[in-house]
Amino acid sequence: MFSDLDFDVIQRSLPYLGKGMLFSLGLTLLAMLGGIVLGTLLALMRLSSFRILRLPASGYVNLLRSTPLILVIFWFYFLVPIAVKYFSGNSYAQGIGPFHSALIAFTLFEAAYYCEIIRAGIQSVPAGQSQAAFALGLTYPQAMVKVVLPQAFRNMIPILLTQGIILFQDTSLVYVVGLTDFMGAASKIAQRDGRLVEMYLFAALIYFILCFSTSYCVKRLQSRISPPR
Amino acid sequence: MTMIELQNISKWYGKFQVLKDCSTQIAKGEVVVVCGPSGSGKSTLIKCVNGLEPIQKGTLIVNGQSVSDPQTSLPQLRAKIGMVFQHFELFPHMSVTANLNLAQIYVLGRSQDEATEKSRSLLQRVGMIDHAEKFPGQLSGGQQQRVAIARGLAMDPIAMLFDEPTSALDPEMINEVLDVMVELAQEGMTMMCVTHEMEFARKVAHRVIFMDEGEIVEDTTKDDFFGTPRSERAQHFLSKILHH
Repeated sequence: MFSDLDFDVIQRSLPYLGKGMLFSLGLTLLAMLGGIVLGTLLALMRLSSFRILRLPASGYVNLLRSTPLILVIFWFYFLVPIAVKYFSGNSYAQGIGPFHSALIAFTLFEAAYYCEIIRAGIQSVPAGQSQAAFALGLTYPQAMVKVVLPQAFRNMIPILLTQGIILFQDTSLVYVVGLTDFMGAASKIAQRDGRLVEMYLFAALIYFILCFSTSYCVKRLQSRISPPR
Repeated sequence: MTMIELQNISKWYGKFQVLKDCSTQIAKGEVVVVCGPSGSGKSTLIKCVNGLEPIQKGTLIVNGQSVSDPQTSLPQLRAKIGMVFQHFELFPHMSVTANLNLAQIYVLGRSQDEATEKSRSLLQRVGMIDHAEKFPGQLSGGQQQRVAIARGLAMDPIAMLFDEPTSALDPEMINEVLDVMVELAQEGMTMMCVTHEMEFARKVAHRVIFMDEGEIVEDTTKDDFFGTPRSERAQHFLSKILHH
């Protein structure tokens, strides 16, 4: 069965696959960035002493963490346009397009996971540190930004990056809304040229090389970050 | 002039009462040592003074302002009171100088240059100027605690609180920290120190407060405390920690 494999198809479609890869990486980075920012806010809310901040944040995180990612992508792609039409009363209202809905879905989904990572990171900073900051007269936001979060993030960098690698793999799901990421590009070539085996092997190899080497670097980094005290 | 005044302070952790109706006052320039067995509420009491621990009953007045009054800006009040912790609590991601500069810049609004100048003069004073650019992790415990004292002093505080400043130190480092504290006391700083260092109390304290089970059992002059403590509990405590 392997006698008629044609690996030239890969070379011929490299530019197309490259564009797909850039899309995958771009989506990963944007969703990571948005997820970390939103996740930090959610983590601070979950750690707040005010119920009114704590409850919505924990509700959000628990809901998103109990939902399959693909469902969240569908919500934003299919349901949001319906909701927009319903609430705006304009039956010609357009959705926000597959890219933006995917980006929002990934950001919101990842934020729930980042929230839990960041919350653990903040709790890993000894309580004495924030007490010392308060005792010097710093306000809560100053104590967080200058004292607690820098230490928390330093402890968390490896696990935040690991979550980013998982996110990178998950971005392949965008093919369900017709976007051409790396996986989508490989898939389209495979079906157009009838070269399923070649393309899917190649895609697997690329994902493996990227994710494994990044994981390895994270591991190296982790052993280099010495505990701060 | 009264600097710190505690009127019938009570505090509970859940159902457990950690502080029972504690009252005392500390005048400007006075050095007060708070001692007592572990778990007696000494550290909790001192953390109430700058509002790090909220109180449930009583009134606490620092420099004429009520600590528990919601109108009081705690950050502004705390900026005027230095605090030194048992575990130093220097910020490990910042250099020694940056540790001293942080609150001067963000709380007092000093410029980077003003702050650094102030920090350097204080580091000089505690004998740490040669370590100004190091990070806390590179210093010994005694050195870290001297930096922590300098950090408190950088805010030009009207009083200093010490929460067991030497109990996390190796024995050979205790004196370098106590020397700085003695000097500070002799210069007339208002100080409230939770400590078991009775030699320090003998040398510089004006008054000694003895606590047990959340109560202020004894609140007398140093001479009375070391001469003839009135309560049996204080006598018992002293006999255990002295002459050994």
